[in-house]
Amino acid sequence: MAKTLFEKIWDSHQAVAETQAAPGMLYVDLHLIHEVTSPQAFKAIEDRGLTVRRPELTFATLDHATPTTPRAPGAKPIYATKAAESQVRRLEDNCRRHGIRLAGWDSEDRGIVHVIGPELGLTQPGQTIVCGDSHTATHGAFGALAFGIGTTEVGHVLATQCLLQRRPKTMRVTVDGRLRAGVSAKDLILAIIAELGAGGASGHVIEYAGTAIEELSMEERMTVCNMSIEAGARAGLIAPDETTIDYLRGRKYAPKGAAFEAARKRWAQLVSDPGALFDAEVRIEGSRVAPMVTWGDSPDMAAPVDAVAPMPSGPESARALAYMGFKPGEALMGETIDTVFIGSCTNARLSDLREAAAVMAGRHVKAGVRMLVVPGSEAVKRAAEAEGLDAIFTTAGAQWREPGCSMCIAMNGDSGKPGERVVSTSNRNFAGRQGKGVRTVLASPATAAASAVAGAIADPRRILEASHAQ
Amino acid sequence: MRNDAITSVYSQIFTLPDANIDTDQIIPARFLTMTERGALADTCFRDWRFDEDGRANAHPLNTRDRDAVRILVAGDNFGCGSSREHAPWALKDFGFDAVITSRAADIFKSNAAKNGLVVCEVDEASHAALLGRAGEIAEVNVIEQTVTCGPVTASFKLEPFARTCLIEGVDPLGYILAQSDAIAAYEARAR
Repeated sequence: MAKTLFEKIWDSHQAVAETQAAPGMLYVDLHLIHEVTSPQAFKAIEDRGLTVRRPELTFATLDHATPTTPRAPGAKPIYATKAAESQVRRLEDNCRRHGIRLAGWDSEDRGIVHVIGPELGLTQPGQTIVCGDSHTATHGAFGALAFGIGTTEVGHVLATQCLLQRRPKTMRVTVDGRLRAGVSAKDLILAIIAELGAGGASGHVIEYAGTAIEELSMEERMTVCNMSIEAGARAGLIAPDETTIDYLRGRKYAPKGAAFEAARKRWAQLVSDPGALFDAEVRIEGSRVAPMVTWGDSPDMAAPVDAVAPMPSGPESARALAYMGFKPGEALMGETIDTVFIGSCTNARLSDLREAAAVMAGRHVKAGVRMLVVPGSEAVKRAAEAEGLDAIFTTAGAQWREPGCSMCIAMNGDSGKPGERVVSTSNRNFAGRQGKGVRTVLASPATAAASAVAGAIADPRRILEASHAQ
Repeated sequence: MRNDAITSVYSQIFTLPDANIDTDQIIPARFLTMTERGALADTCFRDWRFDEDGRANAHPLNTRDRDAVRILVAGDNFGCGSSREHAPWALKDFGFDAVITSRAADIFKSNAAKNGLVVCEVDEASHAALLGRAGEIAEVNVIEQTVTCGPVTASFKLEPFARTCLIEGVDPLGYILAQSDAIAAYEARAR
């Protein structure tokens, strides 16, 4: 029987099979935790006198509530609120008490949970990975089944290493052809979400396939898988290949030597068999994708950057356009902006920062515009500084900050003011997501950087073409 | 450990017809820094209900009688976005025991089921009809899996185990722990 990649991983992780009356029990290989969605879970299991079943399969980091304000090496972080500080303390205590590895303040590994998992080689093909965070699908880029869970389920995994789960449906999104120059993975996933709709993939696990996907680097694949939830998908994944193997070789927690070669052989089986059936199939022509920006307050409200704001198709889009301050039929390009945020688990890896820096080099952030560049991890920060990207950003007038989720979720003190328009490389443009009344335009790092220079929504291809012509 | 059993909800309905109401609307992220379960009624739909200066505005959510209006009928794809379980916690604390929609987001649905919040996904025609009956009395019957409101009768389908958990107050963690031998056997096989 031909199986999809998802089915192979799913079937091999059933500790107890699903029945009509009860879901199956899915065994979890890697449990990632952070300070925001874990404290009540630890309390729930401790109140019942339970311990963590497999502490070595859980890995913790500090990212959501942590300050990103620049500080001298060794200096203490200054939190936005006492509550944020006590939340971090609570995770530090919980990890110490239960013997869980923590990439804390003193660790060179700390960073956004979905940046460090892959970076450290914790994330590996064929694994089941969960985290109390909806962007966990990021890890699916490695051919892992990775999805977000709630706090009660975080407790279930801590205590039992298992989750009660019904088998989701499958969807294959095939991207044929290849992306044109100046079009990034972020543009591709925004185009896919616009096609599927914000709930279009609910109940499904998406497998991304096709030539345009195969050509993506690992960091680009992570950007694509990361936003699967924005189409409602339970998870998103991509079959591992040589690109995956090259990325993993030599990573801190990846298998080494003979063990790596053995793992490679296993990983080679992790593909959807020819003839395997999906519950839904969607095809997209890669060469038709353009740099994308969002014009509303839902991630599926996206259009090519050189398009006009659409005519409202119903009350939601009319309200969304009004919220954003865009007029139907008028060009999105040239609409003024106040802040640019480069960061988040979607777009804060080294290649993202390079993409933005290529636009910023020799240019300056428009007067009156604030630009934050927040690397995804300590390792990304070190690597970016080693090649001088920080200097490009600061010379251009941007802020170079400490790693964390920052303005993506705006719960650490980094946020916009009411009415501000923010071009952001993050994943959600929900009303108020980046601060009450803030109007978020989602875009790629290149588009965000070009917009910072222009002080308005801008097409990065024009700046990059001008650079090449010189 | 047992949860409170919930077999039916009988109350007036409150409507929020917009599609894609995400969990950042239900509870903004700045309220997620707590370390305890906490009381979250004041944070529920906070930025819809309160002005800049923290004063409650005229939003109907503020004037509804919390004891009499415990069923929320909401637009399609309700609860999308973040996985925060604080969303169903906040809705329960704010006095909602059931949410009726045409489609709810997966993680939200899973979180709601663990917190005694009944999520009923009904067909589009019934959904549209219910959105037009704000203030009327409805009954959500968890055993029969039906919603009735005046002439409108709609059925919904809960995941069978989630339904059992709701009507019998079964605690899912206890259920998993009871199968510890199967987990150990899996671990032995996978090693």
